[in-house]
Amino acid sequence: MEVKQISVFLENKAGKLAHICRIIADAGIDLKALNIAETSDYGVLRIITDRPEKTVRVLSAENLVCRLTDVVAVKVPDVPGGLADVLDVIAKKEISIEYMYSMLTSSVSGNAVLVFQTTEVPEVFAKAGLSVLKGSDLGIEE
Amino acid sequence: MEKYYQKETECAPRGKLRELQSERLVSQVRYVWEHVPYYREKMEQAGVSPADIRGIEDIGKLPFLSKDDLRKSYPDGLRGVPAKDCVRIHSTSGTTGKRVVAYYTREDIDLWDDCVARALVAADISEEDIVQVCYGYGLFTGGLGLHGGAEKLGCMVLPMSSGNTERQLQFMQDLGSTVLCCTPSYAAYLAEVINATGVRNSIRLRRGIFGAEAWSEDMRHSIERDLGIKAMDIYGLTELSGPGVAYECSAQSGMHINEDHFYAETIDPDTGEILPNGSKGELVITSLTKKGFPLLRYRTRDICILSEEKCSCGRTFIKMSRPMGRSDDMLIVKGVNVFPSQIETVLIQQGYSSNYQIVVDRVSNSDTLDVMVEMTQENFSDSLGKITANEKSLVSELKTMLGIHANVHLVAPGTITRSEGKAVRVIDKRKI
Repeated sequence: MEVKQISVFLENKAGKLAHICRIIADAGIDLKALNIAETSDYGVLRIITDRPEKTVRVLSAENLVCRLTDVVAVKVPDVPGGLADVLDVIAKKEISIEYMYSMLTSSVSGNAVLVFQTTEVPEVFAKAGLSVLKGSDLGIEE
Repeated sequence: MEKYYQKETECAPRGKLRELQSERLVSQVRYVWEHVPYYREKMEQAGVSPADIRGIEDIGKLPFLSKDDLRKSYPDGLRGVPAKDCVRIHSTSGTTGKRVVAYYTREDIDLWDDCVARALVAADISEEDIVQVCYGYGLFTGGLGLHGGAEKLGCMVLPMSSGNTERQLQFMQDLGSTVLCCTPSYAAYLAEVINATGVRNSIRLRRGIFGAEAWSEDMRHSIERDLGIKAMDIYGLTELSGPGVAYECSAQSGMHINEDHFYAETIDPDTGEILPNGSKGELVITSLTKKGFPLLRYRTRDICILSEEKCSCGRTFIKMSRPMGRSDDMLIVKGVNVFPSQIETVLIQQGYSSNYQIVVDRVSNSDTLDVMVEMTQENFSDSLGKITANEKSLVSELKTMLGIHANVHLVAPGTITRSEGKAVRVIDKRKI
């Protein structure tokens, strides 16, 4: 039920993000979503790619600190109020969200995908009536 | 006219002084042999017994004590009396986190106060003066050391301790402080604030006693100019008592060592060979009178020059130059001793890599300490909150270890400069 996310330690210096993206590109890996959380000195880059294990391998080989984490991907209709409805459900169930970001993908046309990091198990999302996606739904190799 | 606190001793003929030193060394060696098993063992290993020490000329037969010995004998292996005979301790940082604890008997404190009082009088300070002590009070010897000497001399002492500049300036103006005791960098900072806020005319300072960190003639001149005072240097270290091991006189050309209490040698730091006075070497001090913590031939790691030249002030005590550097990697930041190994210890405990770099700088007269740390798999997380929490705990552990704040910068692995495979650990950008 969960999707693999790769997070990478990113120094706040010119060219660092470009460097990482180039490594991924050169390995023939497709980047599906990207998010950055930052402080003034450094940030955490979070990405979803079609080949998570390989991504970690190629980044580690370049001496980058990275790790795999499970996140929950939820399908959201690409219409006005689509996100608001989903967040209402989450709020009502009192699911605590550490961070979230969105991705657009042709794998689920007419829909956007929200990626959540939470302390809850993914079943909670499904039980709340939300449409939880598997990696394969997003073209991610398991 | 030059004034003295204990003229007879401070101006004693060299021959007489040497006699006194010989006599004191002979009895001190016997005392240590009987009361400090740690040092006795060192003497036995070196094949020396008290009978071999017949005068000061025999001092070279005694083994050295190093910071490492202090670490090994922690907490009380070098104490010369039972705890019940001690009245105080002071402490300074050690090389690997274990602090050095120095013990004082009532008499030790009394003699230490004398040494500091000599320094104050040599700076033309008297019981008429109002002495503002802004060295830290507590384990650090600066505060209580200057306090004790000034009080013994009969000055009115303001035990301000360090920090809180606004309050320092308030008291300085309202109570009319005439003497300032602090680190030279804090003096320079105070001077800056005093001139910027236009309160210079309500300040009555006339003398400053500045020590605990390196400073230059240029810095002295600018402090003297900006505060309208005479700025005097003072030297000491916790292992030997604290400030007052050596002090400046009106000549301001080196610090007279209180030779009736401390015997000074300079050695080649590599071979341990005693160097003739006048050549640059590592300062080694033997405490001739201390009973609580009687160190013989303690290697200070400070590089300096000893001079026997006759001084215009009339004192016959030998003079040491300002320390010109260290024969180990100790840094003095904000008057506090910092060893790179202490930082390394904390980093490893906290799961960071031992690839780190320390950058010391002086920004607006105040020292800054920055530690660049390479991120590790262990401390990395997809959650920024967890990384910053780990970072905060690192900052707080460093503060506990060092006693001063260090700015931590997390950097990517492999970004810290390596030369020939060995990291450049310390960059000191201060222009002193």
